Amino acid sequence: MSAIAPTKPTTYLQVLDAEGNVVNPSLMPNLTDEQLRSLMHKMVFTRIWDQRAIKLTRQGRLGFYAPVGGQEASMIGSEAATEKEDFLFPSYRDVPQSVWHGWPLYQAFLYSRGHQHGGQFPQDVHVIMPQIIIGAQIVQTAGTALAFKLRKEKRVAFTYIGDGGTSQGDFYEGINFAGAYQAPAVFVVQNNQFAISVPVALQTAAETLANKAVAAGIPGVQVDGMDVLAVYGAMKQAVDRARAGEGPSLIETMTFRYGPHTMSGDDPTRYRSKELEEEWQKKDPLVRFRNFLQSKNLWSKEDEDLVIEEAKAAVNDALAKADAYQKMTIPGLIDSMFKTLPADLIAQRTEFDS
Amino acid sequence: MAQLTMIQAISNAMDLELGRDEKVLLFGEDVGQSGGVFRATDGLQKKYGVERVFDTPLAESGIAGLATGLSIQGFRPIAEIQFFGFVFEAMDEIAGQAARMRYRSGGRYSCPIVYRAPFGGGVKTPELHADSLEGVLAQMPGIKVVVPSNPYDAKGLLISAIRDDDPVFFLEHMKLYRSFRQEVPEEAYTVPLGQAKVVREGKDVTIISYGAMVHTAEKAAEEWAKTRGISAEVIDLRTIRPIDIETIVASVKKTHRAVVLQEAQRTAGIAAEVVAQINEQAIFYLEAPVLRIAPPDTIYPFAMIEDEWLPTPKRVMSALEKVMSL
Ligand SMILES: Cc1ncc(C[n+]2csc(CCOP(=O)(O)OP(=O)(O)O)c2C)c(N)n1
Repeated sequence: MSAIAPTKPTTYLQVLDAEGNVVNPSLMPNLTDEQLRSLMHKMVFTRIWDQRAIKLTRQGRLGFYAPVGGQEASMIGSEAATEKEDFLFPSYRDVPQSVWHGWPLYQAFLYSRGHQHGGQFPQDVHVIMPQIIIGAQIVQTAGTALAFKLRKEKRVAFTYIGDGGTSQGDFYEGINFAGAYQAPAVFVVQNNQFAISVPVALQTAAETLANKAVAAGIPGVQVDGMDVLAVYGAMKQAVDRARAGEGPSLIETMTFRYGPHTMSGDDPTRYRSKELEEEWQKKDPLVRFRNFLQSKNLWSKEDEDLVIEEAKAAVNDALAKADAYQKMTIPGLIDSMFKTLPADLIAQRTEFDS
Repeated sequence: MAQLTMIQAISNAMDLELGRDEKVLLFGEDVGQSGGVFRATDGLQKKYGVERVFDTPLAESGIAGLATGLSIQGFRPIAEIQFFGFVFEAMDEIAGQAARMRYRSGGRYSCPIVYRAPFGGGVKTPELHADSLEGVLAQMPGIKVVVPSNPYDAKGLLISAIRDDDPVFFLEHMKLYRSFRQEVPEEAYTVPLGQAKVVREGKDVTIISYGAMVHTAEKAAEEWAKTRGISAEVIDLRTIRPIDIETIVASVKKTHRAVVLQEAQRTAGIAAEVVAQINEQAIFYLEAPVLRIAPPDTIYPFAMIEDEWLPTPKRVMSALEKVMSL
């Protein structure tokens, strides 16, 4: 036997099984009935809006969109464990967390259409425009977390990356820096099994992505990402640790995106089997949590219908507001380059003034 | 001969070279089973196997560094950067390492790598997908930079690039991928690197451009010929590092006027370089200053206003108006 033992796979946290039965009561997070219902509310809302967004993109009424169906528990369970003052660094898929953290939906739509105003977050919303460059958000999160530490603010910086993204140098650099500075950061790896077409097995020989935390010297856990309570519990613990000055953590959520990678021409049938899709759909986070809530008399068909209507109306309102928003202009774009416009840009601007 | 789109011509070039030389390898994100996000590598993994055509982990610096290491061992990698805007991630390996390898090893090692990347505006992509960063690369000594404007050139230039013994960055304009077809010979042929092409003959003014802007230049030239009876010559640089100054000078000697058109932001770009070279070699033939046409020095704008931001035939014509009136 080799003298060097392979790293043990990290713990796999699960509260509910696929039917919604509590399998690990000791991991049950401490949530009020209202909080539990709120998690379900957000998941149903998000599922509906995702379905609408996919349709609207097909009709050309939205621009860039990365579907989230399947990942609701991972996204919503984690964001719900943070405070409004905590700072979120989303990637292109993390629109739900950004919206639940305060991004007005109409601005998310403007962003999708490629309107600069989409990224102008209201002052009290601590989110930055979704990141396109994979991994960049990880190092930035370490930096913002360090800022909170230096200013002695009890705030946490949190961020998301996909399974593929954990291959980037920036990922290792970011978690390592955060560890070295014991900065209040939480890194969530949403392992939805594929990076566009490339399966995790071709991405790394690591047994789990949570294990990547080992080299950075920070805690890493793997959770059932289709189980909103498990995700919430793991995130809450990580956020509490960070806030208490105990340093960063890494959480890997095992999840699945049902749809294509983005709406820009990706065809999942080229790289994913029907069986695999069906297998993951059996773990659906909404079904499982609905069962759990219903068993406690906390959710009914009426509740569900109300949220569905509410989500549809909210999407329509946001769309109308986005439609009505003034168009971007080239002079406006030029003006946004510097605090004080240099002479060369003033000269270039004249060409577009009219 | 078959009528091919540019993406088919590119795919065909790689197919032929993979078939001709087993040292040629092809890798990048999603290039294998999925056949690339634009299908440029469709079917190639099936045909040549996973050892020669393979998916990499999601890391551009890793992709470029892998290419460096493989190439000094005699392989000839074609490394795909999924979108050109992600090149910053790989910049050290490309510009800081591979481009310097021949120099650093006194000629013992070289890096016969082709880096391929889609880029270019007018297709409404998210941030950092469309950006024209070719000027950034062109300033790096030790690397050639190629930007084809049509299917025929794309195939011939790519084959030349793969056979070249030094690193070549090959840029594929997304808008041209499927916008038109052209007769492309089935067999392998080369279009030499570093040679521009006169794509439209004229005698009153020269428009110099590359990539998708060649088509914008041609539209403007056509319009001018029709409405003003002025004949513009259009030159397609095809390779932007090195620049074929001879073809440009020959044209300027004939027309005495020139404008340079680029899709990249104005400052410190290829157009500035072309103007400088014209000054150095043909200033006494000029009857007007050489003008640049380029987008303003802003971040590449979001999808919503890119069509207004990118140079249009109208803006080319107003530049022509200026140089003709001098
Ligand atoms: C630096 C960089 N390289 C490549 C891409 C292109 N790209 C966008 S998403 C993606 C796959 C990401 O997969 P993963 O990290 O697993 O996240 P997921 O989209 O599955 O949530 C790729 C290759 C990019 N946006 N940025």
